[in-house]
Amino acid sequence: MTPLEAIAVTCAVAGAAVFAVGALGLVRLRDFYARLHGISIAAALGTALLLLGLLLWFPSPANALKIGLALLVQLATAAVGGNALARAGYLARTPVTARTRRDDLAAADPEHPESGH
Amino acid sequence: MNPVDIALLLLGASIVIAVGRILVGPSKADRGAGADVVFFGFVGIVALLGLRLDAELVVDVVLVCTLVGFLAALSLARLVSGGKR
Repeated sequence: MTPLEAIAVTCAVAGAAVFAVGALGLVRLRDFYARLHGISIAAALGTALLLLGLLLWFPSPANALKIGLALLVQLATAAVGGNALARAGYLARTPVTARTRRDDLAAADPEHPESGH
Repeated sequence: MNPVDIALLLLGASIVIAVGRILVGPSKADRGAGADVVFFGFVGIVALLGLRLDAELVVDVVLVCTLVGFLAALSLARLVSGGKR
């Protein structure tokens, strides 16, 4: 195994490990918002590391272009997608855990049942 | 055991956990988050299989998957909020 291939496999395994930690958060964390926070970051970083490993396993200019584009799209849209999902969950009034201390969005929204207006 | 096999097992376990979250819920938004993880876990498995089986073809597949993944996340968000805004 060449050094480049060893780095590629290391990247791929690290990406899968990061992804698995995010999925573990899906079990351990208490409410939807905490779970989404865990997975949207871990899934973006994990997939990016996997893509990097794939590029290092097949190094060529054409692959660098394709994987570079995929990396750019992945890192840019994973954050937007997670944000959209969190906003949709909030609009659907997904309950928060009892440990939540304050909800600034509810205070700003007069239609929210917990706003106190 | 090939280290890539361990990575494949990790991703498989992540997908099983996410399917469990889809089944358990409890809210519609939780199910959406689980479906998101299932999609990206599947993309990761495709990438790892390409690495394991030495198939350069998967580079194109993964590129298309990341482009479609954004639309998947947005339509899931739309589904969760019930088409509101």
